[in-house]
Amino acid sequence: MTREIREIAVVAFAQTGHRRTSEELSEVEMLMPVLHDVLARTGLKAGDIGFTCSGSSDYLAGRAFSFTMALDGVGAWPPISESHVETDGAWALYEAWVKLLTGEAETALVYAYGKTSPGDVREVLTRQLDPYYVAPLWPDSVALAALQARALIDAGLTDERELAAIAARSRTAAAANPHAQLRGATPPGDPLVAPLRTGDCPPIGDGAAAVVLAAGDTARRLCDRPAWIRGLDHRIEAHSLGVRDLTDSPSTRLAAERAGAFELPVDTAELHAPFTSQEVVLRRALKLDLPGAEEVRINPSGGALAANPVMAAGLIRLGEAAARIQRGESDRALAHATSGPCLQQNLVAVLEGDAQ
Amino acid sequence: MPEVLKAPLAVEFPFTRSLGPVQSAFLTGLRERVVLGVKTVDSRTLVPPVEYDPVTAEELRDLVEVAPTGTVTTWAWNHHPRRGQPLGTPFAWVLVRLDGADTALLHALDAPGQDAVHTGMRVRVRWAEERTGAITDIACFEPYDGEPAQRTGHTGEFEDAVTGIVAAARLDYTYSPGRAQSAYLHALSGRRTVGERCPSCRKVYVPPRGACPTCGVATSEQVEVGPRGTVTTFCIVNIKAKNLDIEVPYVYAHIALDGADLALHARIGGMPYDQVRMGLRVEPVWTEGARFPDHYRPTGEPDAEYDTYKELL
Amino acid sequence: MTKEPVAVVGIGQTKHVAARRDVSIAGLVREAARRALDDAHLAWADIDAVVIGKAPDFFEGVMMPELYLADALGAVGKPMLRVHTAGSVGGSTALVAANLVAARVHRTVLTLAFEKQSESNAMWGLSLPIPFQQPLLAGAGGFFAPHVRAYMRRTGAPDTIGSLVAYKDRRNALKNPYAHLHEADLTLEKVQASPMLWDPIRYSETCPSSDGACAMVLTDRTGAARAPHPPAWVHGGAMRSEPTLFAGKDFVSPQAGKDCAADVYHQAGITDPRREIDAVEMYVPFSWYEPMWLENLGFADEGEGWKLTESGLTELDGGLPVNPSGGVLSTNPIGASGMIRFAEAALQVRGRAGEHQVDGARRALGHAYGGGAQFFAMWLVGAEPPAR
Repeated sequence: MTREIREIAVVAFAQTGHRRTSEELSEVEMLMPVLHDVLARTGLKAGDIGFTCSGSSDYLAGRAFSFTMALDGVGAWPPISESHVETDGAWALYEAWVKLLTGEAETALVYAYGKTSPGDVREVLTRQLDPYYVAPLWPDSVALAALQARALIDAGLTDERELAAIAARSRTAAAANPHAQLRGATPPGDPLVAPLRTGDCPPIGDGAAAVVLAAGDTARRLCDRPAWIRGLDHRIEAHSLGVRDLTDSPSTRLAAERAGAFELPVDTAELHAPFTSQEVVLRRALKLDLPGAEEVRINPSGGALAANPVMAAGLIRLGEAAARIQRGESDRALAHATSGPCLQQNLVAVLEGDAQ
Repeated sequence: MPEVLKAPLAVEFPFTRSLGPVQSAFLTGLRERVVLGVKTVDSRTLVPPVEYDPVTAEELRDLVEVAPTGTVTTWAWNHHPRRGQPLGTPFAWVLVRLDGADTALLHALDAPGQDAVHTGMRVRVRWAEERTGAITDIACFEPYDGEPAQRTGHTGEFEDAVTGIVAAARLDYTYSPGRAQSAYLHALSGRRTVGERCPSCRKVYVPPRGACPTCGVATSEQVEVGPRGTVTTFCIVNIKAKNLDIEVPYVYAHIALDGADLALHARIGGMPYDQVRMGLRVEPVWTEGARFPDHYRPTGEPDAEYDTYKELL
Repeated sequence: MTKEPVAVVGIGQTKHVAARRDVSIAGLVREAARRALDDAHLAWADIDAVVIGKAPDFFEGVMMPELYLADALGAVGKPMLRVHTAGSVGGSTALVAANLVAARVHRTVLTLAFEKQSESNAMWGLSLPIPFQQPLLAGAGGFFAPHVRAYMRRTGAPDTIGSLVAYKDRRNALKNPYAHLHEADLTLEKVQASPMLWDPIRYSETCPSSDGACAMVLTDRTGAARAPHPPAWVHGGAMRSEPTLFAGKDFVSPQAGKDCAADVYHQAGITDPRREIDAVEMYVPFSWYEPMWLENLGFADEGEGWKLTESGLTELDGGLPVNPSGGVLSTNPIGASGMIRFAEAALQVRGRAGEHQVDGARRALGHAYGGGAQFFAMWLVGAEPPAR
């Protein structure tokens, strides 16, 4: 599709230090410093923002309408133009990007938060599954990821050694990320749901993240090197694991195509792969395993294996990729977010910095 | 900083799920030890049968029987079974393509150990002793070394079809209300109501929620308010709420405690319900061991003027 | 950069009832979606993206149900976005979908909202017990009734107004085949004699709890040109939010509602809403909210809204028909209720509202709100394409 795309960029990113628990803080108490931080990076005040959108889940909190109280941290007075998605904040960023594309706003604040410590997140996520045939069996998120991992191993696409190497690489990279929960390589650990070991799984923890988007010259004014969103798309697959090829992610590939990811090489990829095996699937779908892609830096932040505040972890991938561009460490980066069991739904963004 | 408050929070409900025709047939079939799939226009057989084609989105209604035997397409060994899962001892999660089906069903496989499980192995349904028309009518799968089992030639039409399931779900959380509310609750235990003032707009929030919602900044300066206050508006409750042991009618009121900049909600007692009015001056009545005042009662002071509380409704 | 004009070319609803025991959740949403596609003469393949909304996931006990519903809504291989903005969600969802077309990201978008409240019960979902917090002392109506009393005190409205609204909306519902409540033998006297549940709110002045879904197909100018029936054109749309509770919050006439309406009118070039708008579908969960919103939305000066209601202006054959469909008072699948308002406004300007058609409706307002009267979503639709 040829169309005139308004220039829109990520101009700021902030996140909490992700931790196993934040029980001493309410959600808004956890979130608010991140909002202050991200606004301070742009010099904007809450009232300057044209559109606000957030992502979170009642099921994590165990309370209906939990997001309404998080709004307290924004300072929504006078009233603001605002919306909320009940999923990862990456999709809140998508909604905000569309809003800016219409020209109705110049700037947007996007935030997401998730506290996985209050509940048993493996059990909570079973409530995402087909409520008639699957949810009554309570198959937890690690079990489903393990089925996917086994399918990959059986197909000869990976092995336990490679999975352990992904875990080690991610957490070693996270040693340089002050926000990560697991910093530095950890041992592979015991089998949790074989073939996955504890080391193949994300840490359980709490956290929040926020980004500011801005259009055109506003972005240039707010940021020395805006991370321009060159393409952004997301796609969903069938829900049932039994009808999908778990070794592949056609929705990721299609989203990447639509986002223009394959038109030019990227130098960085922030992939939202909570499980080591899912990185294997994503790298294949995104052609990051092909000759010539060896130089692509995958998850320099450590990725979701180093910090996985559910509902924020996808937005953090976009934020980390953008921050890398802003720091001049990347010129063209791919960021990915996922939602649903075994990578059911995937979002891909292509971000670029102006020539240095 | 006072100790962080925590308490268990159970979210539990027996959801009543109506099934629609395809799912009704499948689950009724399980009750009768028959496994049904559904045919797509391009002659694939989907098991478990879904109502809508995952590829074309077309509505599917053409039920067809498949065998209760099949082949494992992928598996994972569950070392530590969790609450609600099909087996209490270590087992394999499996996707099974039943004989006659083109897609796979997720369930558990009872096997002596993970060495006994492999992709491509043959398995069969182990039926639950008591079957009600639910996915759990399949107790699990078990290893099987035979040929595809015979089908009964079932049409998919049943007497007394199951039309719904009750899906009980319980999730357990540990709720912690955070810094500001914990401080408020600690003060309440001494029968003091302590709000927090916004450093920017100077409004006093009771109960404090950690942030001034209009300024978006942390509140921290503690301010004791009340104990007396003014009824700003109210309703008379004539309908008995579940789980509440309060005789109706009673008055549910918004009360602006003296010194607070917004109203909290509480019951009014100690006077006939039909004499409660806006502007009434009230004070808390505590009962032993309760976290909150049981109710508020009139102080006997003259009513407050409307103009003094009209911003606090 | 100019926005692509957005047209509503397909609308579908289920027959709203207390419990749809004959369908799954997928079957329920599918029915509305299929009807919207049929109205637009489109097939699943013609849809580029799906935007879905509903209120809390706890109502059905399915976390992020859009994941499970992807297949039923033909979303496989497409973008699917889930919106949740409390009670306003049906409206917000439609606006998010409209923006996808306006921004030229997609050409044709299916948007849908639903609630299948019979899977649990709404009061359970709305009042999960939270440790350390006082239990809700008064039920759903107890949250709203004190604000109604505040309105009466502020405006001097006589206590008869609420019954007038309830009677009008239930009569209108008799002309709407999709409405939940069809109380053919209801009289004004019966409304007035119904039990006082949360004084000043009577039983007949409250909304039901429904299973239902509503869907719309939104498209661009090219899509509108192909549409078999007249489209409704979006002339303005906006969302506004304010905090749940704050010092100085006006629950009777929230600032976010005023600002949202002003934004929509500005976009649509409306300066005198009472005369320029031909029909209003507003979110009235308790009958007294009609006069309150008439003021909040600028149809009446402050304190005067009840006089419009009392004068009969908001009747189906009045000068400003409000809720010709029967409104939320007759039909309330919570997450879908906002979208039904938006869809019914569109039906009016398309001239396809059937028996509850307002004669000659050219411009109509759809309104949704939720949370603690804090989230607002509105759109203004017209029979003609927007001038700008």
